[in-house]
Amino acid sequence: MAKTTTKPVSKASAAPAANSSNGTTPAVATETTYLEAIREALFEEMERDEHVFCLGEDIGVYGGAFKVTEGLQARFGESRVIDTPISEAAIVGAAAGAAHMGMRPVCEMQFIDFISNAYDMLTNYVATARYRTDLPCPMVVRGPSGGYVRGGPFHSQNPEAAFFHTPGLKIVYPATASDAKGLLKAAIRDDDCVLFFEHKYLYRRIKEVLPTGDHVVPIGKARVAREGTDVSIITYAAMVWKALEAAEQLQKDDGVSVEIIDLRTLLPMDDDAIVRTVRKTNRVLIVHEDTRTGGIAGEITARINELAFEWLDAPVLRVTAADVPLPYSPPLEDYVLPQTSDIVRAVRRLIAY
Amino acid sequence: MPLSREQKLELYYYMRLTRSLEERLVNLYRQTKVIGGLFRSLGQEADAVGAAYALDRDAGDILSPLIRNLGAMLVRGATPVEVIRQYMAKGDSPTKGKELNIHFGSVERGFIGQISHLGDMVPVMAGVTLTFKMRREPKVGLVFIGDGATSTGAFHEGINFAAVQRCPLVVIVENNGYAYSTPMHRQTAAAAFVDKAIGYGIPGERADGNDVLAVYEVTKRAVDRARRGEGVTLIELLTYRRKGHAEHDNQSYVPDGEIERWARDNDPITRYITVLRDTESVTDDEFAAIDARVTREVDEATDIAELSPMPEPEEALRGVYGDVASVDSLWFRDAVRSAVETHERPAAWGTYDG
Repeated sequence: MAKTTTKPVSKASAAPAANSSNGTTPAVATETTYLEAIREALFEEMERDEHVFCLGEDIGVYGGAFKVTEGLQARFGESRVIDTPISEAAIVGAAAGAAHMGMRPVCEMQFIDFISNAYDMLTNYVATARYRTDLPCPMVVRGPSGGYVRGGPFHSQNPEAAFFHTPGLKIVYPATASDAKGLLKAAIRDDDCVLFFEHKYLYRRIKEVLPTGDHVVPIGKARVAREGTDVSIITYAAMVWKALEAAEQLQKDDGVSVEIIDLRTLLPMDDDAIVRTVRKTNRVLIVHEDTRTGGIAGEITARINELAFEWLDAPVLRVTAADVPLPYSPPLEDYVLPQTSDIVRAVRRLIAY
Repeated sequence: MPLSREQKLELYYYMRLTRSLEERLVNLYRQTKVIGGLFRSLGQEADAVGAAYALDRDAGDILSPLIRNLGAMLVRGATPVEVIRQYMAKGDSPTKGKELNIHFGSVERGFIGQISHLGDMVPVMAGVTLTFKMRREPKVGLVFIGDGATSTGAFHEGINFAAVQRCPLVVIVENNGYAYSTPMHRQTAAAAFVDKAIGYGIPGERADGNDVLAVYEVTKRAVDRARRGEGVTLIELLTYRRKGHAEHDNQSYVPDGEIERWARDNDPITRYITVLRDTESVTDDEFAAIDARVTREVDEATDIAELSPMPEPEEALRGVYGDVASVDSLWFRDAVRSAVETHERPAAWGTYDG
């Protein structure tokens, strides 16, 4: 996936974190990686609002397992960049308590796989607090997600579907550096809890020149990642890049014009963007990296069925991971996770219908 | 500073109010006016009231009660009418009919509503008090949990987190002998819950939970330590749950005579009356005046709450998100609504009838 649509990042171009903390604009527009974009958002929001603070495992002195929070503690001190015990439930629970008091905590899950340890806190406490007792939880839970990195069953997960079913939460999963920055800033400013999934495969593999100024991307709005007329691919996160690769190939080999919708926010879902593309192309493929059964593709399919059934010329198809824990060995992982060729094959089936 | 005579009488007032309010709720429950379950704190009024009384009313301290801590909420300013409306699921209850029993809070008055998942309020209160510390505010948090909740992961993670961060937090383990039907020896192999403090590197204290002045004093020491920046204290209060887990529970698992023995020998209100008579020369007339005030307040609250309206059904869709006034209603629900309005609702469409 990185070969054609993403650019490798040289060490020299990775701007040190301090550059983004002092508010100065670089003289020359430099490209920023997905990971650096997240770090920039954290710096800028902590600079902007003293209520924002970070907590998580090894995020302070060490700068986080992926170095997302590198430089943060040096700039903002130990009381605003807190190294915690290995206690995901306490991290999330304490964030909720701080949020009740008017703070805007940003929790890091060292790997998003460990968010399951805070499932109770998020679904029972945080997600219901406003509804139950008018006590908001303006907080963010973020962390490295996703596969293609040979991480095995517990360092590769995409747990969005487990939380997608919980009213009261918002879920964001950006595909680009620009959206990663803009959506994280929006998430920190949001008055409810936002789960912010970061794709670790994209961390250092994609980069772009970010918009200048206070770049905030609204939560709940999808984006058209590629305009097309024949088939729509509705997707998000790293699968946007696979879909773009497939679209290139289909354009070249088959003359098929593929439109790609990058959902960016999963909850609340942008129904308007979905309906718009269905009406335009009348053929829909949904692609996600998460497993198939009970996955978000099923919900999108149901919405299309309810909102735009008469606009369909073919059944909605899904390309997803197989329903297995994600295995470690490369031949196994590659077999389970969606590949560009799978997407090409599925689009051809839709066209042939 | 020792408690004044007036303050000691106030402790009696809150204990009596707790008991009388719950007795009124039992009456309403038997009249099927309480919609859900009813949870009693009979015999535990001293630990809830005494501990909450150790917090400062004006300093911005915050408390998180558990299901047997109605008394603590009353001390913090919850009113009988709120409690009755809440139990009766009224539209103007503190949660607008969305939550049960004493699951409600008021940050302004210094208490946060609990959830049913035991132990979860410990991490939440760790975060509340972490904020006090970050802002260098001289405020204290207090969280009640039961003996059973000490077995949860959330308790361990929360108290450890707070201990490491030296949060100004008091954790009270209200040991009333039973978690639903499970006695202490099936909950822990430790000789006492207070022993757990050692493992977290924090001070632990144990007190007679049915002696309201002892509860006040042990909690006040911990509150003062927390306010001085000396971190978390674990307090075990020994008491006894004289009623079942909830009103439906027949307590068949309790050995014969145990409840009666506690009621006869160790009722916190009876004990406290003796103390007040002996040490403060409180007269029968003074007790009678407080009791009459409590009865009047509970009566008035009942009258008001009974007149309160039930919630509008559409309230169910409000308040999920800050930026969405109301979740969209579902088309078939709208159809039911319109059918009701035109008197065409088929019986098979369920119990919803606006």
